[in-house]
Amino acid sequence: MSSEAVPERGWIAEDVSEELAGLGVHYLVLDQGSGRSPRAVKDRLKELAARFSGAQAVNLRQQAIPWAYRVFFRHIGLDPDEQRTPVEEVALERMKKGGFPSQNLLDDALTIAIAESGVALRAFDADRVEGRLGIRLSLPGEPLEGRPGELPPGTLVIADEARPLALMFGAIGSGRGVSSKTKRTILCAIQVRGVPDIAVEEAIWLAAGVMRS
Amino acid sequence: MAEALGYETAVGGGRGEVPLDLLVTTDDRPLRDELRRQIARLEQQLSELWTSAFPRKGIDWSVGAVGGPRILGAAELERIRDALLIRIREAQTEIARRADVEEQNRGLVERMIAEPASYPWVQVSNDDVGDRDCKHWHSRPRFGILGMLLGWWRVKLSSGCPLAEGLAASNPDGKEAQEASAPSA
Repeated sequence: MSSEAVPERGWIAEDVSEELAGLGVHYLVLDQGSGRSPRAVKDRLKELAARFSGAQAVNLRQQAIPWAYRVFFRHIGLDPDEQRTPVEEVALERMKKGGFPSQNLLDDALTIAIAESGVALRAFDADRVEGRLGIRLSLPGEPLEGRPGELPPGTLVIADEARPLALMFGAIGSGRGVSSKTKRTILCAIQVRGVPDIAVEEAIWLAAGVMRS
Repeated sequence: MAEALGYETAVGGGRGEVPLDLLVTTDDRPLRDELRRQIARLEQQLSELWTSAFPRKGIDWSVGAVGGPRILGAAELERIRDALLIRIREAQTEIARRADVEEQNRGLVERMIAEPASYPWVQVSNDDVGDRDCKHWHSRPRFGILGMLLGWWRVKLSSGCPLAEGLAASNPDGKEAQEASAPSA
């Protein structure tokens, strides 16, 4: 897959899609890893922080996309006030730190894309993923690499065709995330009911655009 | 409740034709879908309430998690729905109670401004009237002790919050630049 490829729609296990209508996963493979952010990205973070005010953060949960993720968190047994939705996490960091300090190119790209679109994004090392990405329930006895013990059966996971890569909205399996050695990156968006396709594609393109800058 | 939500519970057949375990229907997906719809509506209400309550502090918004991420059963969804309902009701009650207190405090500020001498040393902050910022109204005597003895009271309005950036620190670089540009003796 080249860097010019369009976002691909991942698979959703039948038992999951029957229960959680509207759930989707979209991803794009980029032929690059992370690294230091260039000046242009740092400036963009500053400009974004200036636009992302306290009032905007307060009103966030009344906007359609952030609200859709809050509802989905409730539907899958998470409390969005304990485990924040990605966009609320970004907003909270903005309030705590008074800005969006640059971390690295990938994290900066995800921060910009999540803050701008409200869509939940993750990233994986493309060379550590086998086949297409999807969402399914964990099987009995199945572990998540780097975590002690087995996953409780029926846990929602982002998986490739061989193993779970990450908990949905949670920890990434050891060695499956992007590191300094990563040569190819998968940008992955989780779509829930109420989030339109166009917002998901925009989020991926935003992140990809920052990564390529 | 299931019937009220349009869920068919009748399994049909007479005793002996249907095994006992099938009499307890397990396919309660329509019920779960309805509960998810209810949770979505309640989450919207709670979010609206949370936004309208800002910047009031000390209101409990926690609903709690049942553990996930996973597909929840009807009983767990029902538990979340009920917890949301209770939280909304409690938050509404608390906001209404505070709104009454804040209204009384606004009235107090008006009376203080009209008759400051009747409210000596009374201080009302923005927080007490449900607003943001750090402003406060304070009934104080003019000219200190003299005003107090003569009954010259007034309500003083504070100038608001401290500056976010604080006072400008002295700039050593600027000082050096000035020294450098000073004409030598």
